[in-house]
Amino acid sequence: MFHPWPWYVAGPLIGLFAPLLLWLGNRLFGVSSNLRHLCAAIQPRRIPYFGYDWRREGGWNLAFVAGIVIGGILAGVVFRNPEPVAIAASTRASLGALGVHDFTGLVPRELFSWRSLATPGGLIAIVGGGFLVGFGTAYAGGCTSGHGISGVANLEVPSFIALAAFFAGGLLGTFFLVPLALGGLR
Amino acid sequence: MIPDFRKSDEGHAAPQGGAITTATEDRPTSRTSAEMFSEAPSRGPHAPGLWVYLLVGVAFGFVLTKSEVISWFRIQEMFRFQGFHMFGVFATALPTATIGVQLLKRRWRRTLGGDPIAIPPKHLGKGVRYAVGGTIFGLGWALTGACPGPLFALLGSGVGVIVVAIASAMLGTWTYGLLRGRLPH
Repeated sequence: MFHPWPWYVAGPLIGLFAPLLLWLGNRLFGVSSNLRHLCAAIQPRRIPYFGYDWRREGGWNLAFVAGIVIGGILAGVVFRNPEPVAIAASTRASLGALGVHDFTGLVPRELFSWRSLATPGGLIAIVGGGFLVGFGTAYAGGCTSGHGISGVANLEVPSFIALAAFFAGGLLGTFFLVPLALGGLR
Repeated sequence: MIPDFRKSDEGHAAPQGGAITTATEDRPTSRTSAEMFSEAPSRGPHAPGLWVYLLVGVAFGFVLTKSEVISWFRIQEMFRFQGFHMFGVFATALPTATIGVQLLKRRWRRTLGGDPIAIPPKHLGKGVRYAVGGTIFGLGWALTGACPGPLFALLGSGVGVIVVAIASAMLGTWTYGLLRGRLPH
């Protein structure tokens, strides 16, 4: 329970959630719509995109996301893996060259802490990255779960395009934006 | 010839994206699920309660965290092609999901409550939203090291500052809602 799970255990389990939610209540597995539901809950009527009954459309999904947070507490705090994430030595070297030296947690503390929020690097990664995630998923109509898993599992062409674009953007981000964000650490 | 916007617009009604409708936008609330999301979820007496979805979410968050796919380090390893872990996760998750969804659609055809399985199709349109929106999301994915699901799992696993990333993601989604009429889809 304390050890991390290998890909051949985790992958098939992750794949079960799309059919499970469909079977339970015709629900489409996808997390990013919750960002929309949360916006709709705060400011329901001013913008048409958020003018719908968020409780009725998104209640189940917000409950699902609350569950994800609890699952994170269980796996990340209660049954926390005390070891660092076992990434490849080459990745450690690449990131080390960019100024990452703390490999103890799930995320580099140099970049993801309250203190780093006041630095340009932390601002780019946390605030900038978060904004791009929210804007991009809303524009694309889904994220890794909604397009990458649900849409692909339903064999939908738009989702294959989206998944390819996610990866292309990720490569651009990794080789241009991440060094920019980490630039302040050196 | 006047293009039939209404017809092509209905298609964007993925639950994540929402319908790009024009005719219904000025109606403030109480649009039906079919109009907004073109989804026909089970709402009858057999529809599962919210607690069921909460429990499924707990399981999902647990798997995400235990498999370390919420780790910024793992995402960097993937985008630098330096490790197999993330690729292995996708390579096993996708066939599992595909087989499960296709079996449900074609063979079993019913939900737990007995409703017909209904998955609204995503319409391609010009495809701009998927390519451009997807790339923008990918940039954010690399920076935060997390997509929306992992953002919430990270919050639970004790990375408190992620709440700022979630708030910023909400602001991003809100900005999209504001600009949606002016963006190509």
